[in-house]
Order: sequence, then C-alpha cells, then structure tokens
Amino acid sequence: MTRDVLDWLLDGAHWQGGEGIPLRVWQHVAYSLIAVGIAAVLAVPAGLWVGHTGRGRFLAVNLVGILRAVPSLGLLFASLMILGPKIPGELGVHVPVQVVLVVLAMPPVLAGAYAGVEAVDPAARDAARGMGMQGRDVLLRVELPCALPLVFSGLRSAVLQVVATATLAATVGLGGLGRYLIDGLAVRDYAQMAGGAVLVAALALLLDLLAATLQRLVVSPGLTGKTGRRTAAGETAASSDPRDVGVLTEGSTR
Amino acid sequence: MIRFEGVTKEYADGTTAVGGLSLNAPTGAITVLVGPSGCGKTTSLRMVNRMIEPTAGRITIDGEDTATMDPARLRRGIGYVIQHAGLFPHRTVVDNVATVPRLLGWDRRKARDRSMELLERVGLPAELARRYPHQLSGGQQQRVGVARALAADPPVMLMDEPFSAVDPVVREQLQDEFLRLQAELGKTILFVTHDIDEAVKLGDQVAVLRVGGRLAQLDAPGRLLADPADDFVAEFVGRDRGYRGLAFRPAPPLEPREEPTVPLGAAPEEVRRVTADWVLVVDAGRPVGWVEPRAIDAPVTTDRLHRGGTVARLDGSLRAILDAALSSPSGRGVLVDDDGLLLGTVTASAVVAALDGVPRTDPVEPPEPVER
Ligand SMILES: Nc1ncnc2c1ncn2[C@@H]1O[C@H](COP(=O)(O)OP(=O)(O)OP(=O)(O)O)[C@@H](O)[C@H]1O
Ligand SMILES: [Mg+2]
Repeated sequence: MTRDVLDWLLDGAHWQGGEGIPLRVWQHVAYSLIAVGIAAVLAVPAGLWVGHTGRGRFLAVNLVGILRAVPSLGLLFASLMILGPKIPGELGVHVPVQVVLVVLAMPPVLAGAYAGVEAVDPAARDAARGMGMQGRDVLLRVELPCALPLVFSGLRSAVLQVVATATLAATVGLGGLGRYLIDGLAVRDYAQMAGGAVLVAALALLLDLLAATLQRLVVSPGLTGKTGRRTAAGETAASSDPRDVGVLTEGSTR
Repeated sequence: MIRFEGVTKEYADGTTAVGGLSLNAPTGAITVLVGPSGCGKTTSLRMVNRMIEPTAGRITIDGEDTATMDPARLRRGIGYVIQHAGLFPHRTVVDNVATVPRLLGWDRRKARDRSMELLERVGLPAELARRYPHQLSGGQQQRVGVARALAADPPVMLMDEPFSAVDPVVREQLQDEFLRLQAELGKTILFVTHDIDEAVKLGDQVAVLRVGGRLAQLDAPGRLLADPADDFVAEFVGRDRGYRGLAFRPAPPLEPREEPTVPLGAAPEEVRRVTADWVLVVDAGRPVGWVEPRAIDAPVTTDRLHRGGTVARLDGSLRAILDAALSSPSGRGVLVDDDGLLLGTVTASAVVAALDGVPRTDPVEPPEPVER
C-alpha cells in the first residue's frame, strides 16, 4: 500500500502537464491564501479594535463560536445554490468556495487578534497612555506589536484548516489537490487518493513553516523569550525553552 | 507647583475615592502621598495627568488648569513611573527610554543619545541598553522605568509606588539613588507610597491621607513624627516614631572624646598596650573597625575587625549619632568629619544628655497652607 502511494507520488508523469501535481499545488495554494488573506483583512483589524476598545467583545466571542460550528460542506452547497446563479461564469463556483474557506479562517484569526491585544500587560498599556500616546499610537506602537505572537498563531491555525478544507473545491469541479481525492475515488484509485492526501499534509506543513519563519522575522525577540537571560544577576532564565539553556551557559544573547 | 484645589473623585459606583483634597506640591520638592490601602493615593496622582478626570475641583500646574490642556500634550510634559515599571516588552531598553522623545518628534539619533545618557544617570551599565525588559531584574526594570520618565526632561514627575515591588535591600538602594538624582535634577515630584518609612525618608513634605481621600496631615517628615495631628496619623506613623524622629533633628553641639587608636597591621602587644577594652583601628585617619585585644594573636588585619558599629558624621542627624553609639561593641560611637576622618567617639548617654538641649521639631517651616 505504502509502496503504491510512493510509486504514485514518484511517477514522473504525474508531475507534468496541464493536470500535473505542480499545477494542482499552485491552485490549492492560491485558493487557500486568497481565503486566509481575505479573512485577515477582515478579522485582524476587527479583532484589534475589539481588543483595544473592549467594545463588541460579546459579539466577537459569539461570532467566533458560531462560525466554528458552521459545517463547511453544508455551507458550500448552500452558497452554491444562493450565490451561484447570481454570478456569471467560473466565478459563480469560485465565490462560494471562497465563502466557505473565509468563514473557516475567520474564527481563529479574529480570536487571535482580540486575545492578543487583551493579553498585553495592562501596566504597559497604562504607561503608554500615561506618557502621552494617543489611542492610535497605543494600538499601533504597543498593542499590535505585543499582540503579534497570538495574531500569528491565529493566522497559522487558519492556514492549516483552510489548506485541509480547500480540497472541497474539487467537489464542485474546481482544481486543487482535492482533485486527486475526488478523481481517485471515482476510479477507486486508492494510491492516487492517498498520494493526494499526503500532498495536502505536506503543503500544510510547508506553509506553516514559512509562516513560522515570517513570524520569527516580524515578532520582537523581547516577546518570544528567545533572547535567553543572562545569569549575571543571579537569576533564573525566564524562558523554559531547553534550547535557551545552551545560550545561557555561553553567556551570549541572540 | 502642583496645586489641588478641593479635588474630588467619585466613581460611577458611588465610591468617593478622593474627597475635597487641597494641597500644594511645591516646585523642586518631593511631596509624598501616604496612607492605608484604598485611601485614594493612586486616584489623586492619576488626576494630575488626567488618566482619571476629577468630578469636582481643579488641579493646576504652575498656575495652569490641567482641565484646559490637551491630555496627550499634558502627559508628555509629565514623567510617569508606575509600580511594575510597565516597560514595553517588545522594545529594547534603549528604545523604551527613548519613547517620549520620539513621540515629541526628536530624531532617532538624538533620542538614542539622550536615552544612553539617562541609563547612565540611573546607574545602569551601557551593556543593558540592547536587552529586552524580560532580561532584566526587577530593580533594573524599575530603573529603566525612571529613566524613561525622565527622558524628555519633564519638570514634573508622578511616581506611584515605584519601589514597592522589589526586595528591601534593592529598595533602599533605589531610594538612595533616587534622592541623589533628585538633588541633581530638582524636579517637582508627587510620590505615592503606602510605606511610612519610605515617605519620611524621601519626602520634603508628607501628606497623610485617610480613607475617602481626605488629608489628615501635611507636614515636613520631622514634624509628622514629632507632632502627629490626631490618633489616625499617630497610629499610621507607627511605633518608634520618637526614635525615628531623631533622623530629622539636627545634632546637638557634641564634644567628641578623643579615642586611642592603633593602625591597621599593629602587633598584638601594641594593641594590648592601649587598653584591655575594645580598640579602634584606623587606616590613614579613617576608622575601619574595632578589635578586642585579648582575641588578637597576630598583627591586625581587616578580616579580624568587628564590623558591627556604624559611623556617624558629627554634623549628621541625632539618629545616626545615637545609632553609632548603640551599635558600637565598645559602647562608644565613632564620629567622623565630612571627609570620613576620625574626630573621636561619643557614648549613648552623652548623646541622650545632649538631646535635652535640642528643639523637638526640625526648624523647617511648615508648608504654606492652601488658601481657598
Ligand atoms: N475604577 C474604579 N471604580 C470604582 N471604584 C474605584 C475605581 N478605582 C478605584 N476605586 C476605589 O477608590 C478607592 C481609592 O482607590 P486608589 O486606587 O486610589 O487607592 P490607593 O490609595 O492607591 O490604594 P493602594 O495603596 O491599595 O494602591 C478605593 O476604595 C477603590 O476601591
Ligand atoms: Mg495605589
């Protein structure tokens, strides 16, 4: 079985042409990133605003809960029936798929953004205001940078969920890696189905790795504790990350 | 001068946190607000920079009503230090300190230079500048908090229990450095604490508040200890206030007695020749400690010295002089001049005898009352 999957994956013919793996991967990435992008544009500012003002929190919490409970497949068929006829051409299929994926991506992104701002040390926020920062400065210079770790974890969990669920696109005739699942099922080609699933998983991991790299570049080392803590003051390391212990004994900071 | 005129804060739930507070915090002096928990100290302080809006009364700074000023601009002109420092965790120490100068539009370079200068001022080594707050100890964080508040050189500083979250030894260090810094800078400071010892140590004047934000007494620390206005203040000021009050009473004209000494490195016979009792050891004219002649079997070295005794300046406070006598193993307190050179010794009974001739309260004028 594993052998068959491996053979399928390594078959050069599957990697070429208009229906090849690279194209499917590309389509899958496009569907996913567009959805996460739209969700981020909508939910990050909304979440920051909720966290900053404390207003609309009840609404946000419930929205997160409700959106999480929406079954993707049901939503796909519903929006296909409602939106499909109103939008001409291929867009009539693309839009319903995006609706499903955006709805899926919203909850973690929204929750990450408002929880991130809420988790900011109240003393830091108080100091910021007390030094004469105005609301916008407090949000952009203190709350947002401090919220970034949670904003990122929201985005990353959205990416993982969306990449897995974007396979649904194939059920309505679009491309992406879901094709291998659908087409494989139709001809009972289990190696193809399993190969497709492996590709989805690998893609999810790769995108998460990229997001993690971006996160490391963007988030201040002051927040991640990845700077280690000098022991000169006779104090213990703030980070429990065992890798940091090595840093400490060298007495260097990264 | 910061001036409270009948300032009241009632919270929405009906709590009167501050009730009709009137007081002046004179320019260039430290005014301490002290009182039990919940008596409205923080509320009073935060009304000055309008983090909290008063419900009645007014607060002026150098005659200007704060209610008419733009809050953000007002705050940029006031240094603000809070209990847990409230440093920005995502910024390095140097960038934390540069916050207000950057807000005021200074260029990066100038703000950074200023920031480095301040770190040195508050006693932080330059190597710490590139660190993040989580890499600092509590005491270091608090110093950064003070440096950050001083960055744009504001004439007024508000400090809310800035030293209460650190251990007693570090607290004492921070207090001493704070006084040294204030002697250089001469800011107008409103300082909140619930610790009466800190209040009398740091304050040029101390305002004792009772619950409900009512002023119980406003006085120089010496007078507060010597003459509490009522039972509440007396209770709050606490025990030992007679002894602690000596810190604010100038030394009486004492005649130090000449004390026989031996130099560091003296042989046992030399020590025994002086007296059988404790002998004072000096090094280049400075007292370094006491030795007991019969316990000596080799030339006197620093590690053989009894280090328990404190040393007082002849023109220091009565408390320091009496403490020198009480802490000395010989019962004779060591007195020095301003350069630390030995002048002689004095016994506790001589200090107490001299006490009778000294005024009971310090000669500082009581702060001017607020006319309404
Ligand atoms: N936002 C608020 N709403 C209602 N009551 C408040 C609020 N903030 C403070 N209070 C009340 O006002 C009173 C004074 O509070 P404040 O924080 O000024 O006290 P404090 O003297 O600083 O006390 P502590 O020494 O404990 O810091 C307290 O009774 C407190 O419960
Ligand atoms: Mg308080």
